[in-house]
Amino acid sequence: MSKNNETQDLRVVAEGIRLVTLQTLANIGFGHVGGAMSIVETLAALYGGELRSDPHNPQWRERDRLVMSKGHAGPALYATLCLRGFYPKEVLLELNQGGGSLPSHCDMNKTIGIDMTTGSLGQGMSTAIGLALGARLDNIDNYTYLILGDGECNEGQVWEGAMFAAHHKLDKLITFIDWNKQQLDGFTNDILDIGDIAEKFKAFGWHSQTVDGHDPGRIKAAITDAKRYKDAPSAIILDTIKGYGCNFAEAIAGNHHMNFTKEQIDSAIEDASQKLEYVRELAQHKKGDK
Amino acid sequence: MFTIHEAFEKNPKMMRETYCDTLIELALENENIIALDADLVSSSGMKPFFQRFPDRAFNCGVAEANMIGIAAGLSAMGKIPFAHTFGCFASRRVCDQIMISAAYAKQNVRIVGTDPGVTAAYNGGTHMPFEDMGVLRSIPEIILLEPTDNVMLADLLKQLAELKGVYYIRMARKNAVSIYQEGSNFHIGRGNTLIDGNDVTIFSSGIMVHEALKAAAILQTDKISARVVDMFTWKPIDTELIDNCARITGAFVTAENHNIIGGLGSAVAEAAALVRPVPIEMVGIKDRFGQVGTEDFLRTEYELTASDIVAAAKRVTDRKG
Repeated sequence: MSKNNETQDLRVVAEGIRLVTLQTLANIGFGHVGGAMSIVETLAALYGGELRSDPHNPQWRERDRLVMSKGHAGPALYATLCLRGFYPKEVLLELNQGGGSLPSHCDMNKTIGIDMTTGSLGQGMSTAIGLALGARLDNIDNYTYLILGDGECNEGQVWEGAMFAAHHKLDKLITFIDWNKQQLDGFTNDILDIGDIAEKFKAFGWHSQTVDGHDPGRIKAAITDAKRYKDAPSAIILDTIKGYGCNFAEAIAGNHHMNFTKEQIDSAIEDASQKLEYVRELAQHKKGDK
Repeated sequence: MFTIHEAFEKNPKMMRETYCDTLIELALENENIIALDADLVSSSGMKPFFQRFPDRAFNCGVAEANMIGIAAGLSAMGKIPFAHTFGCFASRRVCDQIMISAAYAKQNVRIVGTDPGVTAAYNGGTHMPFEDMGVLRSIPEIILLEPTDNVMLADLLKQLAELKGVYYIRMARKNAVSIYQEGSNFHIGRGNTLIDGNDVTIFSSGIMVHEALKAAAILQTDKISARVVDMFTWKPIDTELIDNCARITGAFVTAENHNIIGGLGSAVAEAAALVRPVPIEMVGIKDRFGQVGTEDFLRTEYELTASDIVAAAKRVTDRKG
């Protein structure tokens, strides 16, 4: 398949994830909309082919691991796992339901397909390192993917881990930083300016790239590049917009966690459906061209 | 089953040497055993392990939070990590990492916190954990142990190589008084009754076990029959034993090298209150910070001696009425 076609297919995957995420959130009327929307294209690049997993054997030892350290983006990952076939769509109704399998933050003991429990920010860096280190000790030929928020990089633990991963040359640890420029209380530049994240990781000894975080084709290319780079962990800074593709969230600041009306979410779902239809047609068209 | 010595003397072998030797022994049999440290490998006595298994030992540098998270991640890959540092940093500094990455995520992690309470001596107040067990005790499902001597430490470590869950081991680093004879083994979650007695039960652990035994001998001369229990598991606390001791003796003294708030005294009192309330006196740190000094100075300063236990036993037997 040509790269162009592949990118179009990943766009279809991404818009599918966005739509299902919104439908999932619609059931409860509130949630971490902003950070779920901004990470959709990365999840598409991963679960659209890069990340090795088997929905029929979720505990497959040789699988790649994903640590969603910004655990509040759970709903986007739940939608992704559902579309990838880890569980049927009815399960999505369990989001934030007492006794259900989909808590607001990712839990490896409650949800099929989740590799690590997260939610207390900063901790995913270290657990991902442990997963990568454990795989290396057992000569498992896999990758460990880690998704950090930009606000999360306020946590000192992130940088403790950054030092450790570089020192131990964990080149099979690929970390995405969702640089959506906002944290709970406002813009990262106003709350606690993290400066140049790419340069920071570089200074910590990481291979560091910055890509358009809403272009799954470019994200995939960045992963390919990261895999070629040896003897250092890789950071991929995702230049994103918080709330991207959700019409009532993208337009406003303070969209980290929000309540929304039925009209708002219906409109966002309608938009996302149309976008999905559009990219689907475009993908078909590209294939037709060929 | 366990047997205790007739006379109690300091073991010439340091606890940390037993720790390292036992871990090497376990690692030879089980390739999943991993050691982690936070720039205290020399203090923890783990250099021989690090030299023997360079691929399975990680010095994480002065970054304890990262160390605990890595341990949890390693566990998720089927490894059995033992992470060690001073008790203050192995508990209060990494409480959230132990809570979320290890316990809540249901991983298998062993955390060894050394230099409990006054044994931190010259490192002083910043390094003197009077609160480590208290900080961790409210984390669900965690198991808290304070091994008494080298024999118990080695036996517990062997068990921990097989068991599931999150364990905190509060370990004296230097020379402990030998209480148990070689070949003794121990049930996690059950206290050991070292001396039978009818008037008062003294619950103790760690360095306070020897003090409790000395106190019992002194009380004997005063015609007070003291039962001595080594309560090396602080959580889960042995409620059945507490119930039995309350029925038999009707009064308790707890003796701990820890703040009495949140510590062994609290655990025993909570359990007794639910099953069979009896008068209790607590020997331990009375909500104070640590300070520098010799261990002997600190034991006196914080009232952790056999005579403090004797005085508490007399007070509590008087309260029985």
